[in-house]
Amino acid sequence: MKHLLSINDLSRDEAILILDTAAELARISDGPMKKLPTLRGRTIVNLFAEDSTRTRISFEAAAKRLSADVINFSAKGSSLSKGESLKDTAQTLQAMGADAVVIRHPASGAPFRLADNQWMSGAVINAGDGTHEHPSQALLDAYTMRKHLGKGAKDLAGLRVAIVGDILHSRVARSNVLLLTKLGAHVTLVAPPTLLPFGVDSWPVTVSYDLDLVIPQVDAIMMLRIQQERMHEIFFPSAREYSRYFGLNRDRVNALNPNAIIMHPGPMNRGLEITADAADSARSVIVEQVSNGVSVRMAILYLLLGGAPIEGGIN
Amino acid sequence: MSYLLKNATMPNGSKADLAIHDSHFVPESSLPKDHQVIDLAGKQVLPGLVDLHTHLREPGFEESETVATGSLSAVRGGFTAISAMANTAPVADTAGVVEQVYRLGQAAGLCDVFPIGAVTQGLNGQTLSEIGAMADSAARVRVFSDDGKCVFDPLIMRRALEYVKKFDGVIAQHAQEPTLTQDAQMNEGEISAQLGLKGWPAVAEEAIIARDVLLAEHTKSRLHICHLTTAGGVEIIRWAKARGIQVTAEVTPHHLLLTDDYAKNYDPIFKVNPPLRLESDVLALRAGLADGTIDIVATDHAPHSSESKDCEWSVASFGMVGLETALSIVIKTMVETGAMTYADVADRLSIAPARIARYENHGQPLEIGNVANLTVVDTASNWIVDRDLMSTRSKNTPFHGFELPGVVTHTFFNGKLVFGE
Amino acid sequence: MKTVLPAPDMSRAIVRIAHEILERYDGADSITLLGIPTRGAHLATRIAAAINAIEGGQVAVGTLDTTMHRDDLRTRSPKALLPTLIPPAGVEGRHVVLVDDVLFSGRTIRAALDALGEIGRPTSVSLAVLVDRGHRELPIKADFVGKNIPTSRTEIIKVNLVEVDGTDEVTIAEGGSK
Ligand SMILES: [Zn+2]
Repeated sequence: MKHLLSINDLSRDEAILILDTAAELARISDGPMKKLPTLRGRTIVNLFAEDSTRTRISFEAAAKRLSADVINFSAKGSSLSKGESLKDTAQTLQAMGADAVVIRHPASGAPFRLADNQWMSGAVINAGDGTHEHPSQALLDAYTMRKHLGKGAKDLAGLRVAIVGDILHSRVARSNVLLLTKLGAHVTLVAPPTLLPFGVDSWPVTVSYDLDLVIPQVDAIMMLRIQQERMHEIFFPSAREYSRYFGLNRDRVNALNPNAIIMHPGPMNRGLEITADAADSARSVIVEQVSNGVSVRMAILYLLLGGAPIEGGIN
Repeated sequence: MSYLLKNATMPNGSKADLAIHDSHFVPESSLPKDHQVIDLAGKQVLPGLVDLHTHLREPGFEESETVATGSLSAVRGGFTAISAMANTAPVADTAGVVEQVYRLGQAAGLCDVFPIGAVTQGLNGQTLSEIGAMADSAARVRVFSDDGKCVFDPLIMRRALEYVKKFDGVIAQHAQEPTLTQDAQMNEGEISAQLGLKGWPAVAEEAIIARDVLLAEHTKSRLHICHLTTAGGVEIIRWAKARGIQVTAEVTPHHLLLTDDYAKNYDPIFKVNPPLRLESDVLALRAGLADGTIDIVATDHAPHSSESKDCEWSVASFGMVGLETALSIVIKTMVETGAMTYADVADRLSIAPARIARYENHGQPLEIGNVANLTVVDTASNWIVDRDLMSTRSKNTPFHGFELPGVVTHTFFNGKLVFGE
Repeated sequence: MKTVLPAPDMSRAIVRIAHEILERYDGADSITLLGIPTRGAHLATRIAAAINAIEGGQVAVGTLDTTMHRDDLRTRSPKALLPTLIPPAGVEGRHVVLVDDVLFSGRTIRAALDALGEIGRPTSVSLAVLVDRGHRELPIKADFVGKNIPTSRTEIIKVNLVEVDGTDEVTIAEGGSK
């Protein structure tokens, strides 16, 4: 594994290795060893062409705990956001000796372009590209599910997960569908038909338009952020109607299984896709997702950069 | 210069010698003594190819292509007539601009460059351009198109169809329903969903085709549908022709070969408008071209600078160059598959486009008395496409590295050898 | 391939190491055994059992993974992490005995010392190994050795333990052409 561009880059065993490594890193960095020397002398660039403080900080914390040098390149509003100069930026980073670039970009596929060998030679980690994928988020979600619901298993076999909301525009949903099904979970997508991708019937998931039917049948429910502008694009008639049919409120929380967990990749639109009491309920693991994110990203950085600088798989 | 072409294989498969003198085919006996003899044993001759859909970028975008570089690219691909689309800067919406483009073509002198006039002023979709003045100009424009944009307003489309009847013109429609394709990036299907790229549904193309064939029927005028890409579109054209509607349709070489699978690595070299579709669409297009539902192949040659392709998919420009690969792609997809003969190739790439656009001296039988516009192709040889060796000023070919059949060895325009030796 | 330390000899070596450790630190109370996974961790558990059998009581025993502290990370593909389990008493003020199966270049022990330094400041650190095969690349020596086995660099020493390999023995084999 040279890059992490898509969950498709990972075999089931590689995904499990990342989760296992993250678990061990979480244990030792919560306990005896706060900082590890593993990536000393390595340079990691956070190339963020789109606002995302939480993801950037998470990768930065992960890199620093592994003793890497971190350069933040926030390019919102600069020439990079126009796109024409992504190639120039890549070549600049190459000249600076970046061992890895963590890229967040509004254009789907931008990390693939960056990983093009003619542009730069370092590892590329997709930290969210357009409406395509967000692999590290899916890995931290899977990590969180395994920790709470895995009963010691390595994978998520048999786990029932609902992903609710704007599937069409969600990179979190795409990466989660690929990863959770790879790990044996059964995924149900719940959304109004307007917010489901074309051809979703060929995905290895169940689709439902009725949240109330799905709620009592799942072990984990993941609520996706609804962007306000979707309303203006006529995907649903009003915020109120959306919340009524697809929002997670107190009644729906009460209808969940006793052990079911509530997840949200953040940032939340409280009152739209999730009410405050649902987000803050005892079932919610939303805050924990954030801390798990650091461990999972440490594992990704270690496994991509900790070894020999050659192409090849994780052994 | 005079030429005697010996042992040529004619479009119908027969063998013949062809004598060319003073721009025309002549009896061998009337050739002057100093004529050049070229042995074409084993080679296929075709009437000079005619492209009804070429973006030459001049005036306005000369860094991507000029009339002269586009003409050179054309004759290397075997074309003796090309049709310059109107979306230049300024837009070809007045007699002045179309005459300028026409004269640039004459000055280059490699092939005929026939300007296409804009249907609406500045391609604004709202007000008709001076269609009559362009028709009466030195460029004698007969084909009008807002290509790149759809003539979306049905009333404007109706008026345009009616207006061109005055001089037997034709409206070439870029069929793209704009509200269904806002920010669209590629065919709407399983792959767009997987890649997170905004989809471009087939219905956005088919809805306009359906509307416009009905308008053509109602106005009893001539409609040409540019770059058909969907199986549904082929069905609508087939239905319209059966009904006697005066509609013709084109398909591009890239839509005969490539599918949306090629988007998977986000390389915008495969980003094109209309987008690459599904395997089932490709097969329907081939069948439609073979049975004559689709009348012609047109290149939609669309040169772009490397910066506008060396970037993220969503900011990249739409389009591919195609003049130098068109004939080879047609041989690969239609002749080698047994769907068409070389007589059919002559029809779809020369005779039919010349007839639709009313181009005189093109698409004519290779007979004594006719102007000698002629393409020679070595159908037994393959070549490997190299974007760095092409004559077009831009390198945005999706076929770089492809091995293709059919090497154009000679192109004669008005009796002159403009390509080959 | 030949056996250089059969099972009965291995058991005796482990018991002898336990005695030597107890002798050096005057009892088990201040000792923390930290085995380096995988086989060092099992050896630490066995030494702890031997100490407990001699002394009664429970000597502190844990594991210390050195993967993230190795200086040869960039020469091979990344390895999965192995557990680091520090006993509740920690390492502060303790006599830490690192336990590994084979002492060779000394680089693993250097990495273990670095890892240990992140955790705390023991009163002392010593090293117990089942086999010392020589060829040190760093100024490191073992305090407690089951058996010294002189080798050439290319020979392959393999420690087999019941817990991992199903059998107890140490073997030596000629190296490959590499
Ligand atoms: Zn067009």
